Amino acid sequence: MDRNRLQHQVACMRRSLFDQGYLDEPFIQLEELQDDANPNFVQEIVTLFYTDSARLIQNIEHALNSRPIDFDKLDDYMHQFKGSSSSIGAKKVTNECTVFREYCSAENAEGCIRSFQQVKQEYAILRRKLEVYLQMVRQAAVSRTA
Amino acid sequence: MVLGIDASSSSLSNKNLSVLVVDDDPLIRMLHDNYLKHFGLKPHVVENGKEAVKLFQLGIYFNLILMDNEMPIMNGVEATKVLRDMGSTSMIVGVTSRGSPSEMQTFMEAGLDFCFEKPLTFDMIDFILKELNMNDDDDDDTNN
Repeated sequence: MDRNRLQHQVACMRRSLFDQGYLDEPFIQLEELQDDANPNFVQEIVTLFYTDSARLIQNIEHALNSRPIDFDKLDDYMHQFKGSSSSIGAKKVTNECTVFREYCSAENAEGCIRSFQQVKQEYAILRRKLEVYLQMVRQAAVSRTA
Repeated sequence: MVLGIDASSSSLSNKNLSVLVVDDDPLIRMLHDNYLKHFGLKPHVVENGKEAVKLFQLGIYFNLILMDNEMPIMNGVEATKVLRDMGSTSMIVGVTSRGSPSEMQTFMEAGLDFCFEKPLTFDMIDFILKELNMNDDDDDDTNN
């Protein structure tokens, strides 16, 4: 596929990620930092986000499975998760983290477990979409103009 | 909407400013490090408040310190208090994940110049650098 078509597809997908609320303002800042001197910056940050998230998700799972539940610890982990997801502009994930933290401060175990499923789901969806999007960006970058 | 902050015009005057980023999250450290480089700065980066205090004790001065609050070993509130008690005159800007007014107030009372909620935006950095450059100008005036 030629470069123009690919670039057009990239632009469309990018717009829909923002329009549908998966991504927010901070992601634009990441994109602004990507240039010839820093050509893979977005991918590097996103990869770091995946690593961070995997660790925090595991910690939260463990904390939710402990009896009694340590709500302070849970809140600590989730606030870290919220911090990094909001910093890259992962809007839906961040919103679900906020819901979780509300259940956490109310010490509502069932609410926490339910909302954590939502957090994981939004994270999985975003990750899939980002992987597709960034792969398209890479393809467009190396493709030839027809 | 992004205002398209033009960092290039200010990056010449920013080259003489020394900045320290203090955050336990490697993602945030990398982000803020790159954001500041975008504005023509070369930040030092450490992972908790104790490391920041150590640098001060070694006599290393920073014009600006970006201080996270929630960190292990020594958090932002403690580190800011210790630095001020030890006589630090750096501009210290708190960057916190917890937005509650009482937490931000506690953090400010520790000795911050400004406190922002994460995520840090280009607008915030632009504001901070303008404040820094203004302070430098004031110092020059009083020395004349």
